[in-house]
Order: sequence, then C-alpha cells, then structure tokens
Amino acid sequence: MSTASIGRAQRPACLAHVGALPAQAGIGLKPQHVAELLAERPSLGFVEVHAENYLVAGGPLHQQLQAVAEHYPLSIHGVGLSIGGEQPLDSEHLRRIAGLVERYQPASFSEHLAWSSHGPYFFNDLLPLAYSQAALERVCRHIEQVQEALGRHILLENPATYVQYRDGDYPEAVFIREVIERSGCGLLLDVNNVYVSCVNHRWSIADYLADLPLAATQEIHLAGFSEEREPDGGRLLIDNHGAAVADDVWQLYQQVLTHTGPIATLIEWDNNVPTLQRLVTEAQCAEAYLKQPTQAIRV
Amino acid sequence: MSSQALFSAALLDAQLTAPEVLRVPNEHLEQRFAVNRNNVISSLIDALADTFPVVQQLVGEEFFRAMAQIFVRQAPPTSRVLAEYGAGFATFIEQFAPAASVPYLADMARLEFAQLTSLHSADCTPISAEALQALLADSEQLSQAQLVLAPSVQLLSSRYAVVDLWGAHQGHGALNSINPHQAQCALICRPQWQVETTAITAADHAFIAALRKQPLLAAWQNIASQHPDFNPSDALGLLLRQQAICAITLPTSAV
Repeated sequence: MSTASIGRAQRPACLAHVGALPAQAGIGLKPQHVAELLAERPSLGFVEVHAENYLVAGGPLHQQLQAVAEHYPLSIHGVGLSIGGEQPLDSEHLRRIAGLVERYQPASFSEHLAWSSHGPYFFNDLLPLAYSQAALERVCRHIEQVQEALGRHILLENPATYVQYRDGDYPEAVFIREVIERSGCGLLLDVNNVYVSCVNHRWSIADYLADLPLAATQEIHLAGFSEEREPDGGRLLIDNHGAAVADDVWQLYQQVLTHTGPIATLIEWDNNVPTLQRLVTEAQCAEAYLKQPTQAIRV
Repeated sequence: MSSQALFSAALLDAQLTAPEVLRVPNEHLEQRFAVNRNNVISSLIDALADTFPVVQQLVGEEFFRAMAQIFVRQAPPTSRVLAEYGAGFATFIEQFAPAASVPYLADMARLEFAQLTSLHSADCTPISAEALQALLADSEQLSQAQLVLAPSVQLLSSRYAVVDLWGAHQGHGALNSINPHQAQCALICRPQWQVETTAITAADHAFIAALRKQPLLAAWQNIASQHPDFNPSDALGLLLRQQAICAITLPTSAV
C-alpha cells in the first residue's frame, strides 16, 4: 500500500467525535475503591478503566462499573489491542472491545502506540516498535480498523520505552505526529512517558514536545516511575505506575498545559495502590494546575 | 524472523540474549531488555497469584512464584483478558514434581479457577421456589422438563478435602482438624455478586452434573438408582437457595 492511499482523504467521514472528557482531573478506578467512591462521591472529572479488565460476561465488576458510570464520565483505556503489532489485529478481541464500548458509551476510548501480542501469545506489557515506514502504514491501518469497529475516533498514547530499534525512519514523536495526521485519532499525551523515554534514550524533551502534535491532545496521563542507576551511572526510569507523580513530571505537565490549555488529566497509580483519599489528593493537585490561568497558545 | 518475533522469543526465554535489532544509548542493552522481560514475566505471575491465593498460601510465596514462572514461560496467555488466564495451571501443578508433597494442590487450583470463572460468568435471574414446586406437582410436565443451571454454576469432585481446606484458609475451621484425604465435592456458584463454595455429596454432584444433560426426572431416577443416599429434595433445595437454576425448559410438543 502506498503512503498516499492511507492519507487523510481516505478516512471514513462518518466517525463521530464522541463527547470528550471534561478538562478536569480524574483517577483510575480500582475495585478496592469502588464502595468508598460510591459512598463519598469525591469531586472528580472522570474515571478511567482498563478495557481488558471488563471483558467478562457478568458479575460484580460490571455491576460496579455501571454504578460508577452513573456518577462520573467514563474513559475506557485499552491495553491489549496491540495496535503496534506486526500481525493483523485480533478481530475477536476487537469485537469484544466494540461490545464494551457499545455497552458503556464512554466519553473516550484510548489505546497505546505499542504491541503486546505476537503469534498465539499475549505478553501483558506494552512493547516498543520500530518506527519504520512500513510500521507507520500498518499502525494507521490498525487505527482505522479500530475506529471503524468502534464507530468513533480513538486516542493514541505515546509509549514509555527502555530500548529502541536500530532500523527506523522516524524519531518517535514525528512517527506519532504522522500517525495522528493520517488516521485522525487524538493524542493521549502521557507526560510521565515523555519524561521516562526522553531520560532513558537521552532525547531532548523540548525537541520531543516540539515534534508532537500537541494541538491534538485530548487527554493527559500522569503517573509515577521508579529509578535505577545503570553501571555507567546513567538514569534508567521504569514506568511502573507505582508511586506519586515526580516533581519533574509536574513541571513538565505545567509546561505542556501552556501549549494545550486545560485538558482532561488522569492520575494513574496501578501498583502499590494507595488509599482513595491519596489518589483524590493527587488528582486535586492536577486540578489546581488545570485551573491556573495559562496563556494557552494552541500550537 | 521479524523483529517482533525475535523480541517475543527473547522475552520468554531467559537463555536468549536481547535481540540484535535493538539499541540503547549505552552499553547496557541486556539490562534494558530485562526491564521488559521482567514486566512480562512478573505481571503474569502476579495475575496467577491473584487468581490462586490459597494455592500460594499452601506452598508459600517463594515456591509459588518459582512454580508460576515455569508455567508462565511454558504457557503464556493466549487471551488478552487475564481473568481467563490459568485454566491449565492445575494440570501443570499435577505434573510438577516439586509440588508432589502437597497432593491436593492441583485440586485447590481447580477450585480457585472455578471460583474465578463463576465470579465473571453471565448474570441471570433465578427461578422461584414456587415455579419449581408447580413443576414438581405437574407429572406430565415433570417427565419432560429440563432445568437450566445458572451460568455461574461450577462443579468439582476431588479425592481430597479441598472445600474444608479452602474454608480453613478463609478463617472457617481449624486447618489441623481437617483430614485432607477425605474426598469432597463442591458446588461453586454466585447467588448474587459473591461466589459461594459449598461442600456437597457425591450424589448431589452427580445429580447436578446430570441436570446439564438430561431432563430433571431422568437425572433424578438415574442418580437415585446409583446412590442409595441420594435425597432429591435436599439437592433441589440447595440449588434454589443458591439461586443456581435460571429456567425450566420444556420440549415444544409438551407446552
């Protein structure tokens, strides 16, 4: 397939831009917090869940999610479509995701620029891809297939990575810009991932942000990382979603907001999960940044 | 091999070095690749630990994680839904020689996987006691009617006292008063939002299993002829209490 044939003009025109998430702070929904969340109803802009956790037929998970979705806008975040995979999308999995989106009608559906399956196996990790011309065309096809199955535009998240491929035609942020321009999807800007990847690969954060299509940002993720020292003394950051957001990432977030204006912002804390109160406090911190007057310059 | 095929192979096989198609800004490719390898293996072990908490308690965390790691490398998930991962863990444990000193470990894994399956099964509305009584009073319909069991119903038959052992790990009963070699059967179902595990007789087990295949009356007669101790009203009472019957079907000719 030539590059031109997957250009903007080829996009199905009928896809809906479904009601966006409010430009407020939200949290990831954890089963252990559901009862307290429903009883206390803390002020939050939205809640986000991982799609694959809810691809079950019935039972308490759906009952809880239904109840939560009555009080908060919902974002569904996929971790298993393997959009960056070399192999075709798993059509059965896509069908199940489409069923979930149909059932809950979330304000947003997002996925990752990564792969997580190969051959028969699912690796439960978001793995890096080579940013080649062939990969660009494949990723655009996959996104178009997902958007068609879901009947809506999706958001694509920039990855946190530890290794790169030797062969590649694009820097990561340029690759993301190309994908977003061609497929029409939105950007889920994970500010922690920008920081982690730039530190790990010794990239310039300023250059990375300059290459990204920040105007397409429709959601922001913030999370904590862990840090190791490599034998050469360099920093290796691991995106473990297991800690509070780091100061450097809060600063970068503030900087990003001056370009994007206020954007729905999620606190991701999936490991060593803290109390609901602690999560809400972290979200309030993001909310404070969102309310700060910024000279929003739409780039 | 494609780059993702190389990457995949090296994720699962710790003997392989990081694929040469990769690069890092320093000399530490192996250490960097180990981050992904560790994410994959440890997150899948964590998923098994979530699904099999009593299996882990029986052998201890260190043994469990070492055993689970071998399973994960042999049989990574084929579904992207982790609630479906671990169906083969019991069979693996059965053949895992270092676990042989806990002979009921595999059946405990079967019990815990059945509980997980029951938890996430489709919801259904149970039939009322009155509906069942009306059927039992109607000899013509009774001869043909079949009971539809709730999707959450799971059965287990073990040579070991797995229900009591499992219960003791939930704080019910003293572990040292249990004879593990006492055979036990279990009914696992989800009356509302919580899974319940009930010890049942071998006759009840056979009866509930037969209900999946046969009309109620045929199952009743079959089991009564094989198990002198079979008490059908107890068995049906249990199914009603556990909200485990969701419909009565009749052949169209009988309606």
